Amino acid sequence: MSKKELMFGNAAVARGFWEAGCTFASSYPGTPSTEVTEFAAETAEIYAEWAPNEKVALESAFGASLAGARSFAAMKHVGLNVAADPLFTMSYTGVNGGLAVVVADDPGMHSSQNEQDSRHYAMGAKLPMLEPADAAECRAYAMAALELSERFDAPVLFRLTTRVAHSRSPVETGERTEPPRRAYQKDPGKYVMMPANARGRHVAVEARTEALKAFAETTPLNRVVPGDRRIGVVAAGIAYQYAREALGDRAAYLKLGLVNPLPEKKIREFAASVDRLVIVEELDPVIETQIRAMGIPCEGKALFSRIGEYTARAIAAALLGETAETVAVPPVPGRPPVLCPGCPHRGVFYVLSKLKLFVSGDIGCYTLGALPPLGALDTTLCMGASVSGLHGWCKAAGDEAAKRSVAVIGDSTFIHSGITGLINIVYNGSPATVLILDNSITGMTGHQQNPCTGLTLKNAPAPAVDLTALCHAVGVRRVRTVDPFDLAAVETALREETAADEPSVIIVKRPCALLKPVVAQRKPPVTVERDACRRCRACMRIGCPAISFDREKGAVVDTTLCVGCGLCGQMCAFGAIRGGSGTRVI
Amino acid sequence: MTELNLLIVGVGGQGTVLASRILGEYFTAAGLDVKVSEVHGMSQRGGSVITFVRAGRDVASPLIEAGGADVIISFELLEAQRYAGYLKPGGTMIVNTQQIDPMPVVTGAAVYPDNVRETLAGLGIHAVYVDATAEAVEAGSAKAANVALLGAASRFIGGSAEAWEQAVLACVPARFRELNQKAFALGRARA
Ligand SMILES: Cc1ncc(C[n+]2csc(CCOP(=O)(O)OP(=O)(O)O)c2C)c(N)n1
Repeated sequence: MSKKELMFGNAAVARGFWEAGCTFASSYPGTPSTEVTEFAAETAEIYAEWAPNEKVALESAFGASLAGARSFAAMKHVGLNVAADPLFTMSYTGVNGGLAVVVADDPGMHSSQNEQDSRHYAMGAKLPMLEPADAAECRAYAMAALELSERFDAPVLFRLTTRVAHSRSPVETGERTEPPRRAYQKDPGKYVMMPANARGRHVAVEARTEALKAFAETTPLNRVVPGDRRIGVVAAGIAYQYAREALGDRAAYLKLGLVNPLPEKKIREFAASVDRLVIVEELDPVIETQIRAMGIPCEGKALFSRIGEYTARAIAAALLGETAETVAVPPVPGRPPVLCPGCPHRGVFYVLSKLKLFVSGDIGCYTLGALPPLGALDTTLCMGASVSGLHGWCKAAGDEAAKRSVAVIGDSTFIHSGITGLINIVYNGSPATVLILDNSITGMTGHQQNPCTGLTLKNAPAPAVDLTALCHAVGVRRVRTVDPFDLAAVETALREETAADEPSVIIVKRPCALLKPVVAQRKPPVTVERDACRRCRACMRIGCPAISFDREKGAVVDTTLCVGCGLCGQMCAFGAIRGGSGTRVI
Repeated sequence: MTELNLLIVGVGGQGTVLASRILGEYFTAAGLDVKVSEVHGMSQRGGSVITFVRAGRDVASPLIEAGGADVIISFELLEAQRYAGYLKPGGTMIVNTQQIDPMPVVTGAAVYPDNVRETLAGLGIHAVYVDATAEAVEAGSAKAANVALLGAASRFIGGSAEAWEQAVLACVPARFRELNQKAFALGRARA
């Protein structure tokens, strides 16, 4: 019996894979894709793991598919850049067991460093791509993805956007059916991609695209929704929902579920049946450009932005000239995200900004060290770039500047793609200093295990990477570990290692303040000795949300937020702040 | 019109997600189509957070736009003003009186406004102020402030106390049932 329940988009994707008999998942976390794999891991039938990065994840899923398993790999949009290499050639090899590649775009950049549109990958790699518009479609399309993958012998891209991935809506679920595992048959012509074989496979890829185009014309994944024929909207995913919200039955719709390749005949027929053909798609004019190339007149980016998320109101304004009145509210101070109270990253960034070093930054919670009052980062590009970027900087800026420069990178990010940069530092010899901020978890994306933490996605014990041994092994001789709650020790380590004429690594080690065992051992909040406080505001420089300044009272601690890390106490020259784990007796 | 648009705003870490789950459960049980939209990730780290809950016969967009919310539940005082423009004319704001200084205020770059109530009143907004933390403490733990706040909001959303209780119970772990039941009832009674 099936029943309807309110389901998170990403949970519904996992549910669909599960119902379709998926048995293997390998992913790397990234908002807004992370929960797909976390929900899959909650099932007994799907073996699910966190890989060190997206390329490893996708290649692992490829191996599982070869072995006959229905499998998936999930990642955020920028993760697909990392996995693009296997993706493009997997298009040639095709699959054995059905294989889906979930890629979550983030229009509006709620939690991302860019706003790239993954649909370009579907066109570039010549792969089918599905895009659901709500949780029910997340489930249904996930099932369809694995089936289509086997039917067309192609990995199937599954595009999500933040508002679909992170919305709950009703889903009718079904039972799981596990198709018999497909036997592996050795077939070098298909699976060994060297030039002679790949030439043949490229022919197969082009033939597959033709077959997919024919399929696109008839599949119910692409459907016409009737309405007033004066406006005809072509849309997919969340953009379809915004259009429907704005226009209701004042427009007819061609709702695309399969966004690559496009159904040309269907589009032509739909265009002929409406007065005005309008393409509503967030980000790039991917559908519009193709429809124009078919010679079909349409409107799209002339009306709507290429930047950020759409809204129903913006669509109504552009198409119907409807405007809404809004109330002007006096502005209030902004509330940017901040490092949590007790965050082990905080002290490091305080010292970095105090020493005025060039800081080659990376992606993780510690990117927040770029914000005032810490303001410690000079660059943040993509995962791993802190280490490799620092190498180039050191080479070009000269030895003096090199000695005033460091890279900062988290444990998960270091394993993801920092280690190769470190090998380059050693191999090509720059006197760079790399700080590995090891908080024993992948923090930014909401606490995922990684190869350094000693646990797997399913919470089974696993060998933990020994970062010190790893750095030694690649040829870094100077490797030391410091506790970020000991500001003096951090400063000494930084001064000594940046001064050295050879590569060095400082492992800054302390677990994330939000990890359960850390929470369980929290110290009581610090207290301020009123008479001792000289109102110098030194404690404000660490940017802790738990301590603020009152003109009359001086430093004030919010006892509901303070976790007693004692960093503020170390800032105080007058001993006015008492308690906390980091306070040392002078 | 049976459609209802609710906005939950606050500061990352305040428990807004549980409140939106309970609302989702409540409307689903009432047989309505529902969309709940949350943003996870970066904004959780003490940033300003916003959750949309929409219920009706057929809900298309998961988002609510300026002037579209029937009820806004604000978990923090200043956030109420930040999102006041989302309220529909004639709508209601349930405002927790808790104040959390944002970083620009902590660093002295900005001042926490001391006239949020006056500003909202000046805009003609019907706001109900709740000391949800105190109510939650009375119920047994400050952690249940989110549910107490929801109890207050339930008065302006409608529905029977029983239906709400069912929704609360469906969303909280068994060992916290009594606490949340109490907090919800207190919030509902005082509003
Ligand atoms: C290629 C790529 N994959 C995934 C992400 C999403 N993401 C951002 S930060 C991060 C990991 C951060 O973990 P860690 O390096 O341990 O630092 P922490 O947040 O714990 O301080 C991830 C997975 C990304 N930005 N880019």
